[in-house]
Amino acid sequence: MNNSLGTALVGLGAFLSLLGAAFAQDAAFSTHAWVIFIVLAIATVVMLRNTKFSAAGNAPVDTSGYMDGVIRYGTVITLFWGIVGFLVGVVIASQLAWPELNIEPWFNFGRMRPLHTSAVIFAFGGNALLATSFYVVQRTTRARLFGGGLAWFVFWGYQLFIVMAATGYLLGITEGREYAEPEWYVDLWLTVVWVAYLIVFMGTIFKRKEPHIYVANWFYLAFIVTIAMLHIVNNLSMPVSLLGAKSYSAFSGVQDALTQWWYGHNAVGFFLTAGFLGMMYYFVPKQAGRPVYSYRLSIIHFWALIFLYIWAGPHHLHYTALPDWAQTLGMVFSIMLWMPSWGGMINGLMTLSGAWDKLRTDPILRMLVISVAFYGMSTFEGPMMSIKAVNSLSHYTDWTIGHVHSGALGWVGMISFGAIYYLTPKLWNRQRLYSLRLVNWHFWLATLGIVVYAAVMWVSGIMQGLMWREYDAQGYLVYSFAESIAAMHPYYVLRMFGGLLYLAGALVMAFNIYKTIRGDVRSEVPMGAEAEALAPAE
Amino acid sequence: MSFIEKHAVLEKNLTLLFAASFVVVTIGGIVEIAPLFYLQNTIEKVEGMRPYSPLELAGRNIYVREGCYLCHSQMIRPFTDEVERYGHYSLAAESMYDHPFQWGSKRPGPDLARVGGRYSNEWHVEHLIHPQSVVPESVMPSYSFLATTELKVEDVQGHLIANRRVGVPYSDEMVENAEADLMDQANPDADWSGLEERYPKAVLGDFDGDPTKVTEMDALVSYLQMLGTLVDFSVYQPEENYR
Repeated sequence: MNNSLGTALVGLGAFLSLLGAAFAQDAAFSTHAWVIFIVLAIATVVMLRNTKFSAAGNAPVDTSGYMDGVIRYGTVITLFWGIVGFLVGVVIASQLAWPELNIEPWFNFGRMRPLHTSAVIFAFGGNALLATSFYVVQRTTRARLFGGGLAWFVFWGYQLFIVMAATGYLLGITEGREYAEPEWYVDLWLTVVWVAYLIVFMGTIFKRKEPHIYVANWFYLAFIVTIAMLHIVNNLSMPVSLLGAKSYSAFSGVQDALTQWWYGHNAVGFFLTAGFLGMMYYFVPKQAGRPVYSYRLSIIHFWALIFLYIWAGPHHLHYTALPDWAQTLGMVFSIMLWMPSWGGMINGLMTLSGAWDKLRTDPILRMLVISVAFYGMSTFEGPMMSIKAVNSLSHYTDWTIGHVHSGALGWVGMISFGAIYYLTPKLWNRQRLYSLRLVNWHFWLATLGIVVYAAVMWVSGIMQGLMWREYDAQGYLVYSFAESIAAMHPYYVLRMFGGLLYLAGALVMAFNIYKTIRGDVRSEVPMGAEAEALAPAE
Repeated sequence: MSFIEKHAVLEKNLTLLFAASFVVVTIGGIVEIAPLFYLQNTIEKVEGMRPYSPLELAGRNIYVREGCYLCHSQMIRPFTDEVERYGHYSLAAESMYDHPFQWGSKRPGPDLARVGGRYSNEWHVEHLIHPQSVVPESVMPSYSFLATTELKVEDVQGHLIANRRVGVPYSDEMVENAEADLMDQANPDADWSGLEERYPKAVLGDFDGDPTKVTEMDALVSYLQMLGTLVDFSVYQPEENYR
């Protein structure tokens, strides 16, 4: 493959970051520029070694079939970042249980927590979305990815964004906005990558050979477009210097708060929901071997979901200085959102009509189905928590954390695992996965981990909220704040254990995927075979 | 033409599908966010609010850098228990110069919206160096490096000017004196007359117990000590700005 232009651009990027390091305004920016320089310099060397400057290097590449190389990379990197993100999650959960585990300044909780959230949302979730959307859009349009090497740019550009964001957090470079912590120059870079992603995705649909645009692509499209809008508006800020890391957000106080949670809630709504619904609409029917349950429902589901989600942000700001009308609006729309969410769940689950027996023998389908079940559960819990009376108790407590994780581990995690298990044998042209029994192990480890995690956080969150507001008969507050923290300790330990189970499941998966890619096939009793053996003889 | 046939038009035309989805996802944000820039109760000015002094701003930037907002909220809700625990509920105006806002979303640690003046400087320094020595139940990490790291702010004026560009009313006089004000606030031997006039109620003097140098600890404690102290609630009229 001839990529001399790309190599030159990456080399230029390395040079520019070296200049950035030399002329930096502040130490943080300089260190960050060094990190970027090293990454790009290594990339340049690797690319140079792979570039053929002879005329043979210009031989046309086969562009007739689907472009799957970038998806193979995406699949592997999704798993890698997933394990990194889960591991950091276990570490920060342990830090809350045992504060001695903080290593100042770089590995304190306050710097590690954005590392965890960004690693799981943007690195794990984002790569899963990139890889699956590239796969799904090609298969459902019967067209090769648009733009030649542009998809590779999206892939590597996105990894660079992740590395810049992650190293920035540990260095203390942050905008201080939850789930949008990267500083202004990292945000600009992501904007460039994201526009390229939109071009690849839409370009592929434009040259489709199918007249209809399949429903999964509507969701992917809405996800890409909306994230672009949210990212740009929420990250508007004024850098102190063009060679410095620090910037100040364009908005302040109450306006800034609602912009941030308009972004924050729709990072959930579009990044972690709409995009993954795109996955659901492709992989569940494929794995079940059944068509989508209701076409009409998917139309209603799509439009209602993307319209209603955007309004729900204010429920993160109940009883704050945000005006009441905005809070109430946020609550009402959050409750309405329950309907399209469950519409989607029903559409996903009912796709199994006539194929429910496969759950007994197919652990991949089991994974996809439980992810949809967790989706249903957390999209019921969310609207409930957005009711102001409930929120007055749940806000600021661990209940919120538990809710997020039942959605993130249950829905986002499980559907991504299912999709990767589906994709791997196809992408590497293997007969089947190395072991379906190991998928079953992964399924149970992960499910158990989520159940432990969510149950523990319900108990601790509600306990915390009740302790804060408890009065005795004389009208005094019963508990000091410190007592509420002490009471949390056993739950923090148990929560860490739940996370550990989930991480263990992911490690089992990594082994299974590694063996599958190598081409190994484990000789094992097929799933469900022992049940048949136990059946009484006629 | 049935509903499904009508929708088929969108399914066969990417440009239409793109445009329709984009319009649909913009509406909610516009309706909810845009009015906040115009409504009286979200842009009210309350007596006592002023921009942060350069040292407080540097401290606030350390607060942001260390991710304090991930465990500490700065938003007291109007409930009896919260008001009793933390003080008067927070007003929109109290974060009007906060770029970004730091209301927070969870409380493994207590709310800090009105922590200013509640504890001594010595308590804060001890607590930041070894939290469990003053609050045994605490799960807070140690921040002892702040006490040994000298405060370095490149281009102090630039920070004030960047804030001014996004709407914080720093005067020319404040910008001109920014570098001196940054160092003077934590220096017990400095002449504070101009500083006090520019930034009323700023807490002055050495914070970290080492008057010979200005550290990141000085900056952070100066910020913590002014949090929630600017508005005088004995004369504040809530009816004027009922939300």
